[in-house]
Amino acid sequence: MTNITLARAPGQPIYLDYQATTPCDPRVVEKMIPYFFEKFGNPHSRNHRYGWEAEEAVEIGREQVADIIGADAKEIIFTSGATESNNLAIKGVAHFYKDKKDHIVTVVTEHKCVLDTCRHLEQEGFRVTYLPVQTNGLIDLAELEAVVTDKTAIVSVMAVNNEIGVIQPLAEIGAICRKKGAFFHTDCAQAVGKIPLDVNAMNIDLMSISGHKLYGPKGIGALYVRRRPRVRLVPMINGGGQERGMRSGTLATPLCVGLGEACRLAKAEMGAEGERLHMLRDRLLNGLKARLPEIYVNGDLEQRIPGNINISFAFVEGEGLMMGVKDLAVSSGSACTSASLEPSYVLRALGLDAEMAHTSLRFGLGRFTTEADIDYAIGHVAEAVEHLRAMSPLWDMHLEGVDIKSIQWAEH
Amino acid sequence: MAYSEKVVDHYEHPRNVGSMDKDSGDVGTGLVGAPACGDVMKLQIKVSPEGIIEDAKFKTFGCGSAIASSSLVTEWVKGKTLDEAAAIKNTDIAHELALPPVKIHCSVLAEDAIKAAIADYRKKSGQGEDEAEQAAG
Repeated sequence: MTNITLARAPGQPIYLDYQATTPCDPRVVEKMIPYFFEKFGNPHSRNHRYGWEAEEAVEIGREQVADIIGADAKEIIFTSGATESNNLAIKGVAHFYKDKKDHIVTVVTEHKCVLDTCRHLEQEGFRVTYLPVQTNGLIDLAELEAVVTDKTAIVSVMAVNNEIGVIQPLAEIGAICRKKGAFFHTDCAQAVGKIPLDVNAMNIDLMSISGHKLYGPKGIGALYVRRRPRVRLVPMINGGGQERGMRSGTLATPLCVGLGEACRLAKAEMGAEGERLHMLRDRLLNGLKARLPEIYVNGDLEQRIPGNINISFAFVEGEGLMMGVKDLAVSSGSACTSASLEPSYVLRALGLDAEMAHTSLRFGLGRFTTEADIDYAIGHVAEAVEHLRAMSPLWDMHLEGVDIKSIQWAEH
Repeated sequence: MAYSEKVVDHYEHPRNVGSMDKDSGDVGTGLVGAPACGDVMKLQIKVSPEGIIEDAKFKTFGCGSAIASSSLVTEWVKGKTLDEAAAIKNTDIAHELALPPVKIHCSVLAEDAIKAAIADYRKKSGQGEDEAEQAAG
């Protein structure tokens, strides 16, 4: 564990949005600095020392990334981030195997970059199955097994959901995919460094990794691409043939170094940090429950990363609540700010009513969250919820025993 | 998204939060919006025998702009005749609170809430039917 603290300027809210992004750990920044100026060489320059020292640094980073997921360094492709990795994995495999296979399986609660990639492939003629999730946010393995056929090129299931933090049963999914002869891709942007991952034990063929979700820099990620049995991809970016021809372009040495160091630190500290976050999350949830009736956790509480809790505060609208908790930086499942007025599709996929989806807040805890932060958050959130319930007509109806579902609302 | 100072002021210090007896003959109640859409406003007016709005109360489930819009209109309708109150336009509310385009629906809902409260009062006091008959006749 680290004793580094995240300083806050006056008026700066407490950061509880670690699923959105994480600060780049100062220890990571320190490792990156020399590669901007002193060691600025092109890691692909083979003719001189400038290139060699940059290449060496990149390869150390690659090994560190491989190490945290039980892979070989040769199987790691650096990309610009998890969005690119997800695009490359799914489009790359779909395009390479399109003469034999035309089917893709994914899940309705995936990140938009996976869903949008799949929509794009549908327009090209691929068939896509979007698996539903159960009320706890996890897929039904029997349903998965039923939809994967010999025409399925790739199954893409995220390891950890970004909104509700639930962990999908990766090893079981991997076993099904291997048995059926489909490649298994998993978006591990929210999982790497948070939970133990092993590409061999879990039969993972492709894995997307993000730098800025694990205290590394923004602008870098990686894609794990299995070598045995070999997974082949059609590249999206053509050029000098870097990264085994799968992703051309000069590597950003400082970013590769940063991602590697972030993985090294995360692996070393995962056990103790996980326990600490678990304790803090329980403290937050129990503290809120003690103060407030009618609050509900969204998604499975057990199969979940320790740094996430997503709570619906019944009868209080999420965006209004966020305005009330102005001393906290959190996210809401209410999408009132978007033109669509549609609440979170992830929460809706759990079977949550739109009204409950509108009342949710996501708390993301991380490396620099302290016990004092959590204790402050409990009181601050409870006060805001009480303030808003006191002016909520729905709360009044609830107290009077009126079922708000029995009322004929004019949808607008 | 940054809120205007007036929205923040109404959110933090809402005016006229509360409820009146909806069964009372001089109270009109408007309940508009839907929980599924993320906004519900309850606006109540108390009308004097002379037809002047003496008091107004609100309760709102919604974002800061929805709370501010309903709080603002309770201030505006007080002292007005029913016809004057019915003439309040959502654009006036949106302008006063400097609502961004995505929040215009909050001001529309507040205007609807006033109209619904007035209609409820008129129906109770028998004026609604008179008007309907006049319109039909």
